[in-house]
Amino acid sequence: MCRGGVNNVREKAQVSRRQFLNYTLTGVGGFMAAGMLAPMVRFAIDPVLQASGTEDMHAVVEVSEITTEPQRFDWTIKQVDAWYTSDVIHSAWIYKNEKDEIIALSPICKHLGCAVSWASNEEYPNEFYCPCHGGRYYKNGLNVPNTPPNAALDLFQKEVKDGTLYLGAQCQTL
Amino acid sequence: MLQKMYDWIDERVDITPLWRDIADHEVPEHVNPAHHFSAFVYCFGGLTFFVTVIQILSGMFLTMYYVPDIENAWRSVYYLQTQVAHGQIVRGMHHWGASVVIVMLFLHTLRVFFQGAYKKPRELNWMVGVLIFFVMLALGLTGYLLPWDNKAYFATVVTLQIAEGIPVIGEMAKTLLNGDPNIVGAQTLARFFAIHVFFLPAALFVLMAVHFIMIRKQGISGPL
Repeated sequence: MCRGGVNNVREKAQVSRRQFLNYTLTGVGGFMAAGMLAPMVRFAIDPVLQASGTEDMHAVVEVSEITTEPQRFDWTIKQVDAWYTSDVIHSAWIYKNEKDEIIALSPICKHLGCAVSWASNEEYPNEFYCPCHGGRYYKNGLNVPNTPPNAALDLFQKEVKDGTLYLGAQCQTL
Repeated sequence: MLQKMYDWIDERVDITPLWRDIADHEVPEHVNPAHHFSAFVYCFGGLTFFVTVIQILSGMFLTMYYVPDIENAWRSVYYLQTQVAHGQIVRGMHHWGASVVIVMLFLHTLRVFFQGAYKKPRELNWMVGVLIFFVMLALGLTGYLLPWDNKAYFATVVTLQIAEGIPVIGEMAKTLLNGDPNIVGAQTLARFFAIHVFFLPAALFVLMAVHFIMIRKQGISGPL
């Protein structure tokens, strides 16, 4: 940027006093506004940035009680919701399949979230049935085609320790 | 980019005159600290407004976590201070700002008083200013109860006793504030919260608008 010559001095004075003050004030004002807003914004978005803890495993039932017929078992979880702690009841439909594996299915219908139950409709004695809109699932949790649900029931994460079944978070399956 | 966006809007709704009315006006020499340093006393009104803006913003953010309920108010405050990032700063801003705003308001009042700037034709604006002062005190008073700790509770018990001391209508005034003839509790907290975040700020905004419009209309009082 070699301009040189007599114009040099005038060229340098491109920023007028008014402009300079404008920039300075905008800068200082912006800095103050940012300093004010930064903690507040961080405060507001905190829930998004909280590390999501992995869900604990909870003792649900003695393995000896589990049959090949799905049974409903409930267990209680201490839920900490910010400043509010409460007991929340979770349920699962649990059975052993032909290979002697334990299956723990979520009772929440994948259509609109009602609670399904095993063989509750006489017409479908070997299926999970949802009373709300007649959603049906096979014993393994797969949804029966042409009924409202379009996905299989969720499975619980499971673990067997000392003859007791522990269940954790629900996850999508199949 | 910004200039283009501004121009696009300006071309359609002509906002430049509006903007000029609000921000572009001459500052007389006698109120400009660059000319006479002692003119810094003219800053107190603006500083009051600045702190008020901080109070409004930090208050808005605090209500994201605060609940006005006797079971949970204290716990929610404790949670936001100890578990939420920068919770201490945001509540600190609101807590200290509440005191600073009263101080600034008082200094502003002193300046106007000792300069005699309240004299004709500005008496009306002085009256509006006094109303703003009362609204601010009421904001401080109602906000004091909201953390629902021991200090808050017993300060409010005293407040209610003062209200009860008013001749003739004392009993009624107390019940009106308290929400219950005897118990300082659930209804009191809900009421104070509603007054603190809806009623008083609404009154404050109206009064501040009137205050500022009158300043613009009448201009700043002349030099001493």
